[in-house]
Amino acid sequence: MMDFALSSEQLDLRAGLTALFADHSTPARVRAAEPLGFDPALWAVLGGFGFPHLAGSRDGAPARLADLAVAAQDAGACLASAPLVETLVATRLLDRLGAAAGDDLVTFSPRPAVAGVARTVPWAAVADRVIACDGDRILIAGPGHDVERPKQTLAGLAIGHADLTGATVLAEGPAAVSAFAEARADWQVLTAAALAGVAAAGLHLGVEYAKTRHQFGQPIGAFQALAHQLADAAALVDGAQLLVQEAAWAGDTGSPRRHGLAAMAAAFAGRAARQATDRGLHAHGGYGYTLEYDIQLYFRRAKALSLLSGGESAAVDAVVALALADTDSDSDHDTGRR
Amino acid sequence: MDFELSAAQLRFRDEVRQFLAGLPPQTSAAVHDTGTLHSWDVHRAMAERGWLKAAWPVEQGGQGRDPFEMATLNEEFARAGIPIEGWLIAELVAKTLQIVGTQQQRHEVIPAILGGEILLCLGYSEPDSGSDVAAARTRATRDGDGWVIDGQKMFTTMAHEASYVFLLARTNPDVPKHRGLTMFLVPLDADGVQVRPVHTLGGERTNATFYDRVRVPDSARVGEVDGGWDVMMVALAFERQPAAAGHLLHLLGRALDWARTAGPDGPAPIERPEVRACLARAYTDLEVSRLMGYRMTWLTSRDVLPHTEGSLAKLFSSEALMRASASLVDVVGADALLTGHGTGAPADGWIEHEFRHSVVTTIYAGTSEIQRGIIAERHLGLPRATARRAGS
Repeated sequence: MMDFALSSEQLDLRAGLTALFADHSTPARVRAAEPLGFDPALWAVLGGFGFPHLAGSRDGAPARLADLAVAAQDAGACLASAPLVETLVATRLLDRLGAAAGDDLVTFSPRPAVAGVARTVPWAAVADRVIACDGDRILIAGPGHDVERPKQTLAGLAIGHADLTGATVLAEGPAAVSAFAEARADWQVLTAAALAGVAAAGLHLGVEYAKTRHQFGQPIGAFQALAHQLADAAALVDGAQLLVQEAAWAGDTGSPRRHGLAAMAAAFAGRAARQATDRGLHAHGGYGYTLEYDIQLYFRRAKALSLLSGGESAAVDAVVALALADTDSDSDHDTGRR
Repeated sequence: MDFELSAAQLRFRDEVRQFLAGLPPQTSAAVHDTGTLHSWDVHRAMAERGWLKAAWPVEQGGQGRDPFEMATLNEEFARAGIPIEGWLIAELVAKTLQIVGTQQQRHEVIPAILGGEILLCLGYSEPDSGSDVAAARTRATRDGDGWVIDGQKMFTTMAHEASYVFLLARTNPDVPKHRGLTMFLVPLDADGVQVRPVHTLGGERTNATFYDRVRVPDSARVGEVDGGWDVMMVALAFERQPAAAGHLLHLLGRALDWARTAGPDGPAPIERPEVRACLARAYTDLEVSRLMGYRMTWLTSRDVLPHTEGSLAKLFSSEALMRASASLVDVVGADALLTGHGTGAPADGWIEHEFRHSVVTTIYAGTSEIQRGIIAERHLGLPRATARRAGS
């Protein structure tokens, strides 16, 4: 039976994290963590909260992706300078492969390695170990592996290029390929959740500014030319949140639609975050272009996460495959179109 | 959180699918080609199965179907491309009468609607009032025990098949516009009523209706005198489920069939990257549209009236439908100039048809601008838009 309500556990998690981030991930802290984008004190507090271990299974039951998505969305909404999504994905993957997770920082490369190097991996610049897929093998590099740290990046995220030479093989063959596919879908769902959080918070900044900024004798939010752009963005934000919830549910229930929905959610949430932060910034006028206002932090983060996920073009094949599979399973019922 | 229909809901869906599979081939094209998005054959077959009153409580002779079953029924008809606009309009009036109608209306009109005997049409819009519907100028004047109605209505779709028009009329010109309106159920065969066809870009026939000294008894009134706006609010709440998601579902089905079939001069269109990109985007928008629709259904199932959720769904899904059909026409290319069903046009003409039809979904039942205004004010809390006057 369809149900769009958050569970009481999810509401509790949200309340706990909202309070935590309000104390430890303020805009001032986000700015202080730049340009690397990593806030060790915040990461320590999140560790005390149970991250990333709460992504592991308890009594044989895996943690629910839907719950982790709530956490990722909250982290996205306050631009948390901490490797929440990638460490949750790494924890789940190690759990699935029966490997023990330690207390060190393990990040996950959403894209396969090329020529033995996992490029542009979020948090690789600060991680103890990096998990990456290379051909039909899942490798884990570190500690002490070579990491190249780019001189400058768009929005922190402690990006690094990890050399996988000498890395340990965690799994290989078809089992590794399918385990990586599951982990990548997890990453897409949680990144989509983070993007939905960035989108909602970026839109909120634009809306609040439009309520208080006066021009021509009235708040600029009373001008339809502006208000309607924000309303369009609101529909995208709403859609992204719904799609993230469905994709997480599909992951938790093992639905055959889960990979298609994960790709779809990442692409759509990226579209929503771009649009919401772009229009939110535009509502600020010239001030939105200055570094003093927080909206630019959201604008940059939205684009950075979208670029990591590959955007809409990266989702095309998975979404088309989903469309064809859905159509075939519907016509199994021998309806057809009349 | 759960995104699956229950076993009972799925059983009903299969029942609906079986019914649709049993319809004669080309039913969809044949109904669309008449320009009237209603088939009495389909309507009577639905009545036989009790589906016209499926949502009604069992005690009242209905089937007591839950909101998800009803949403499923709508979705399956949409997927199959079988238009049921005649029923949807009649049903929303029946639901409104159930709440605000007189005992006589509930006992005479509702059973005729639910039995599949009659249709109704909506008489809200006028030549000079569309989005500003409360500015209606069609007058109803007291005349002894009854009323005399004079004026004109636009977009009275189904009027040429309907028995009654659910008509918004001005009964008091001396009060603020919302407070001087009254609703009536006017028989379309009354003296002084004229129905003239209006043909549309999407091939659909709608109507202009004219009312020249039309006399109706006071028993034709629905709700209080000057209380028409409150009645409208009830009726509009039943109209909120947006149709665009269903049209998008149908369009994508047809487009995927087209894309998978090799053409006379080359491989299947789905091999082309621009076709795949277009399908992926449209299919993503369809998923979001359906989720927004199902969330409204879920709210309804919990006796919560969707408000801004309805506007978000209506805005997103209708704009998505326009975007999808416009970009699909583009990837079909010059062959999309070939139109019609059963004429050899690509996708049997459905992509080109939706390109023309989709336009109206961003206009009727509250334009995109009306929805954006509602979202801006009630969802985002932005200040109410004010008209700037010269010199201010």
